[in-house]
Amino acid sequence: MTRYPPPILDPRIPPGPLAEKWRNRRASGRLVAPANRRRYEIIVVGSGLAGASAAATLGGLGYRVRCFCYQDSPRRAHSVAAQGGINAAKNYRNDGDSIDRLFADTMRGGDFRAREANVWRLAEVSNAIIDHCVAIGVPFAREYGGMLDNRSFGGALVSRTFYARGQTGQQLLLGAYAQLNQQIAAGTVTMHPRTEMLDLVTVADGNGTRHAKGIVTRHLVTGEIRAWAADAVVLATGGYSNVFFLSTNAIGCNATAIWRAYRRGAGFANPCFTQIHPTCIPPHGEGQSKLTLMSESLRNDGRVWVPKDPADCDKDPLAIPEDRRDYFLERRYPAYGNLVPRDIASRAAKAVCDEGRGVGPLVGGLRRGVYLDFTESEARYGHDAIVARYGNLFEMYESITGEDAHRRPMRIYPAPHYTMGGLWVDYDLMSTIPGLFVIGEANFSDHGANRLGASALMQGLGDGYFILPVTLPDYLARSGPSSVTPDDPDFHSVLADVRARVDGLLAVSGTRSARSFHAELGRILWDRCGMSRNAEGLAKAIEEIGELRRAFWSDLRIPGKGEELNTELERAGRVADFLELGELMCRDAMMREESCGAHFREEHQTEDGEAARDDERFAHVAVWFDQGEAPPVRVIEPLTFSAIAPAPRSYR
Amino acid sequence: MSAPISLTLRVWRQDGPGVKGRFEDHRLNSVSRHLSLLEALDLVNERLVAGGKRPIAFDHDCREGICGACAMTVNGVPHGGLGRLTVCQIHLHRFSDGDRIVLEPLRARPFALIRDLVVDRSPLDAIQQAGGFISVRPGQAPDANVVPIARDIAETALDLASCIGCGACVAACPNGSAMLFTAAKVGHLNLLPQGAPEADRRALAMVQAMDHAGFGACSNHGECAAVCPKGIGVSAIARLTRAYTGAARRQLLSL
Repeated sequence: MTRYPPPILDPRIPPGPLAEKWRNRRASGRLVAPANRRRYEIIVVGSGLAGASAAATLGGLGYRVRCFCYQDSPRRAHSVAAQGGINAAKNYRNDGDSIDRLFADTMRGGDFRAREANVWRLAEVSNAIIDHCVAIGVPFAREYGGMLDNRSFGGALVSRTFYARGQTGQQLLLGAYAQLNQQIAAGTVTMHPRTEMLDLVTVADGNGTRHAKGIVTRHLVTGEIRAWAADAVVLATGGYSNVFFLSTNAIGCNATAIWRAYRRGAGFANPCFTQIHPTCIPPHGEGQSKLTLMSESLRNDGRVWVPKDPADCDKDPLAIPEDRRDYFLERRYPAYGNLVPRDIASRAAKAVCDEGRGVGPLVGGLRRGVYLDFTESEARYGHDAIVARYGNLFEMYESITGEDAHRRPMRIYPAPHYTMGGLWVDYDLMSTIPGLFVIGEANFSDHGANRLGASALMQGLGDGYFILPVTLPDYLARSGPSSVTPDDPDFHSVLADVRARVDGLLAVSGTRSARSFHAELGRILWDRCGMSRNAEGLAKAIEEIGELRRAFWSDLRIPGKGEELNTELERAGRVADFLELGELMCRDAMMREESCGAHFREEHQTEDGEAARDDERFAHVAVWFDQGEAPPVRVIEPLTFSAIAPAPRSYR
Repeated sequence: MSAPISLTLRVWRQDGPGVKGRFEDHRLNSVSRHLSLLEALDLVNERLVAGGKRPIAFDHDCREGICGACAMTVNGVPHGGLGRLTVCQIHLHRFSDGDRIVLEPLRARPFALIRDLVVDRSPLDAIQQAGGFISVRPGQAPDANVVPIARDIAETALDLASCIGCGACVAACPNGSAMLFTAAKVGHLNLLPQGAPEADRRALAMVQAMDHAGFGACSNHGECAAVCPKGIGVSAIARLTRAYTGAARRQLLSL
């Protein structure tokens, strides 16, 4: 691989007060005339909330768009699985909400590790997202008067979350997919399902600066590897929680697109910021392929507890009297109680399980579970009200565990769920490679070191419907239509790299499946770079991952050929990239010698076990640049806070 | 729940379209009842890979019953007929020791077989491209609460919108009809005031697209609703028929 000198990071934040920045950016951006738009081709990789909304909107504006997804239909992108809801600062409840407050909650929830100008803009566009989604037919929950209903979510003291039962993600995605379908029918968007991006093509301009001008893909049914040229490339390929092997992500979710872009020179920001979601169904043991999330909204009405005495842990929970229960979130955080942000809830649950007070079966020598109890809510609101609110979640829990959570408390345990880290982008959502835009979970985003519930959907749609369609045309207008074609030498060289890589995977001819390496990587990362981390463990993990990577490239076995549907080959390629990304996560976690949000360094905690943030040394985004065989280079983007002072988080 | 279980998976193997297929038996001895059916398939595949054999191809992704990728027939019924569950939501605790579970692809003419349990369901996308949308651009919408929608209307629309596009309804239908699918999609949008301006156009275009894609006609068997993992009922079809005939009449009379 070529070595790329790390660029100087310019976030290109527009001038003016925080509340004026987005207006100023819109006013200053260059435009492309309607008749000229069809002269530009844009590649969008990924068809989730961010990708589908971006592709549909850009197509609607008149650009020629190609959209790629690995699934058989864009409707299956994993945004579909989001349950709880989407935030907006509508203040329909008249409970004191505003753009300022959504901004402040997001900054605070992210533990002051997000770029404030981006966060403000996100809060600002949140209301337009709801308006648009209602207009395109998203059937949000409503009150009897016909107005939109809201619920509360973790990390906020207002009710600003819009929802559609437990399937808000599916409804929002179907909305974006419908808009996409309209453009496909109109011919502005060409859809390429079952097609996976395997590399990025960059082409030098007159000054020698390399711009993103295309991608190389593999068709997952025919195995055909081919190159596509365009004027700009948008990555909307989601997060990398599957690096942990067991996560709540879909089985196919992967980091290959963003990782390959990193290897071609894009900066990777805050890779160690990974969110572990508190309300998942506990792991059951061997043979498991996936963890299942249950919406955080359950924490509105469920109370989290474990027995006070480890001796009670294998007893029937109904037989444990009140005074022998420890409602540990309510005890430790009386102000927010069960609705503390995700990172805090997850860590607290892990702590009580590590103390030996967890419940449920022994998995790996530990009872990995805490109770989520609805008894009190059922008594207060009635059984029917609880069924109306969470019926589908109770059914899901029962179908997986065989237990009825109306009769005995649910058991929950944290699981990898979302990644705040991702490719670095400037205010325009452009990466360090000109012409490469990154939106949704794939970028390092607006969530700092911890994302609040119901903010991912907001960000994905905000990026796709309202932000990218303003910022990307500015890049096009400045660079003009490009004349590159897939026959250019730059494309041939990347095609050759991809073919060599695929052939290399097939040629290993060892004895172990890609899954077995993936599972081993997951165990290393979960133990050493999961909910809590320390320098010693991270150093060890870097060593272990290096060994595992060597084993992978000498003992991998993939039956079959490259020119056919080959699910083992698909997985092997993704695991190969996870094996590199996992190491970068550990390096990043090692260098960030503080605790903030989801990143908890055991060496940096307060006397009562809370995260000890170090704003003096670490109020910055850490951006990593690949250096080929040499270790990656870490460059920082300092963060400044003009609107709210970065006080320590307190949810007590 | 805690005792392990032994099962045989009898799986349809077919290298590609037009190639002769066959059943293949895979025995699983003393595995956890907590495994999902697809995790059991994962185990079989691990064994096949270890032996250098091609693993069983099947579509799957979210593994929590919402992406709709994993439809196949389980013991002759799409999604297995075990209640409102998708294949990925079936866990082995639902079976008895010694059971043989037969897994086959969704069989319907418009769904061309790709390999093993994988079929091409893109004709479902084609139906939606014909009219399954409301034509509004980002930025055009009025405030979200300007148009009140009665709660029961919103809830019924959501019942219909909960379709996950898995195609089980098509495979269960003796005619290979996509009527329930199309009815759910048309019904969701036509019920909402936002969908009203394009309601007639939508019903006509989507039914026509369904016919063009080679799906059969509906003859009210109701097998579709019986297998729908999201519980979408046949009343949706009645609603579509009404919308379609009304729209066709208005079109004919140029109203």
